[in-house]
Amino acid sequence: MANPVKDPLTGAETTGHVWDETLQEFNNPLPRWWLWTFYGTIIFAIVYWVMYPSWPVGNTFLKGVGNNITYKTDAGEEKSTHWNMRALLAHDMQNGAEAVKQKEYLGKVGAASYEQIAQDPDMSAFVRSYGVGMFGDNCAACHQSGAQGVVGQYPNLVDDDWLWGGDTKTIETTIRNGRLGYMPGFSNVLDDAQVTQVANYVLSLAGEPADKAAAAEGQKIFEGEGAGCYYCHTKEGKGMHAQGSANLTDKVWTIANVAGAETPEAKLAAVKAVVQKGVQRQMPAWAARLDDTEVKVLVAYLKQMSAGATAQ
Amino acid sequence: MFKHESIETNSAMLIVLTMVAISIGGLVEIVPLHYLNGTVEDVKDPATGLDVIHPYSPLEQRGRDIYIREGCYTCHSQMIRPFRDEDLRYGHYSLAAESKYDHPFQWGSKRTGPDLARVGGKYSNEWQVAHLTAPRSVVPESIMPNYPWLKETKLDYSDVQDRMIALKRVGVPYSQTKVEYDANVKRFGEETAKTLDINTAENTLLAQAQAGNYDGNASGVSEMDALVAYLQVLGTMVDFSKFDEDHFIQFR
Repeated sequence: MANPVKDPLTGAETTGHVWDETLQEFNNPLPRWWLWTFYGTIIFAIVYWVMYPSWPVGNTFLKGVGNNITYKTDAGEEKSTHWNMRALLAHDMQNGAEAVKQKEYLGKVGAASYEQIAQDPDMSAFVRSYGVGMFGDNCAACHQSGAQGVVGQYPNLVDDDWLWGGDTKTIETTIRNGRLGYMPGFSNVLDDAQVTQVANYVLSLAGEPADKAAAAEGQKIFEGEGAGCYYCHTKEGKGMHAQGSANLTDKVWTIANVAGAETPEAKLAAVKAVVQKGVQRQMPAWAARLDDTEVKVLVAYLKQMSAGATAQ
Repeated sequence: MFKHESIETNSAMLIVLTMVAISIGGLVEIVPLHYLNGTVEDVKDPATGLDVIHPYSPLEQRGRDIYIREGCYTCHSQMIRPFRDEDLRYGHYSLAAESKYDHPFQWGSKRTGPDLARVGGKYSNEWQVAHLTAPRSVVPESIMPNYPWLKETKLDYSDVQDRMIALKRVGVPYSQTKVEYDANVKRFGEETAKTLDINTAENTLLAQAQAGNYDGNASGVSEMDALVAYLQVLGTMVDFSKFDEDHFIQFR
């Protein structure tokens, strides 16, 4: 501007804008600190362009210099590349302080037997802290955070009652390959009276109140060829781990909510419903998500959680 | 001489020039991604040479429509970022190639619920149905709303072909002609190519729903069938055990 308007009091230049008679807009220069910070960001950007992937050039881009990341390929070959998130992650998984510490423990647990893990306070503590995260992410959606399961849907894992077997090898197999729990519904094979008899027998097996006469009839059906309950549950009603068939004598009810039913009628109705509708449930396979050591940590974690359970 | 005042006192010009300035900022970041080599990774089965990432089957695609209709994306992202904690929790980071047939993609940066990019196969169909119908019946801590109507609503698949044609127009390789079908056979293998044929889409959809019986109810196809079929395929197309990590790093 040719003739800058000046504020008569301070002598500062103004924009010439005036509001409400006396309110003027001063045309002060930017504060020095602000200006230098601004120049600083420009310098920072240039350094950033040089060090990190930045400008596109043809079909590729400037990769950045002086900022390489080294990582190992799965084949074990050491590689060095320009800075990028994927290489950084590989590097972090292989060399990060936390990752290295964790891997050291995982290696120790992977090489140890379950007894050794249980006896070593250090490994036990690791299993507890690593296991709770893995269990929470992978298992708790069905088996619940406390591994108590949901009666009728997902088995309780801490009652030491195992449908498919509770030794560590079998639990490992269960986690890796998943399980298909299946019992056919018998509504087409048995009429309502017969189902009532079988249900009475099943209740009597577990020492629950049951109609004696009906239970006797039910036993014939249970052990007979028509329904053939004993194929899977055995004549003693103890079930078979190979089939995942429930032990009916142990008072642990995973499908029919007998323990939660208050009256004998409700207990009977609960068992009848299972006999009629059957059971169909699936545990997914985890082999693709969890490696052998992680499966081991989970089993060791489960063993810690169920320690002291004496259902069998 | 050009005066800044002339912009500030002309609101139309101010708006136009502001938009130009902002657009430049966006364009220089977005445009190069469309022609840089390796933005979208090349993911071919090492044994067969077939593309392992393929478009959704008709049933899965309808499930995806329902996913979007119900606004699942407002709480769930489908993008695992390359950080150690995300890798440990959700699995391998998402590849750009894994959402190349998504229109629109479901990435997102806000997670009220967990990321779903690799939820496929993680839970059983029964769990998914129970959880969608009443989340708190299986996860007491959950704050997810109930979606009980999915099980009861019949899936409308009358327009599935039109939907696939629309996706084809934006580049998803569903096939209409014999030539396109043959190209898909070469690219994805015959089994997958069949599911991408628009002409037989209805039968493909019905066959998958019948065989999968995702909602546990064999009669008819419900919206639950479609949505669970979609959820069960998420993140399952790439078998990462077949690839050296290095393969994916090289694209960056």
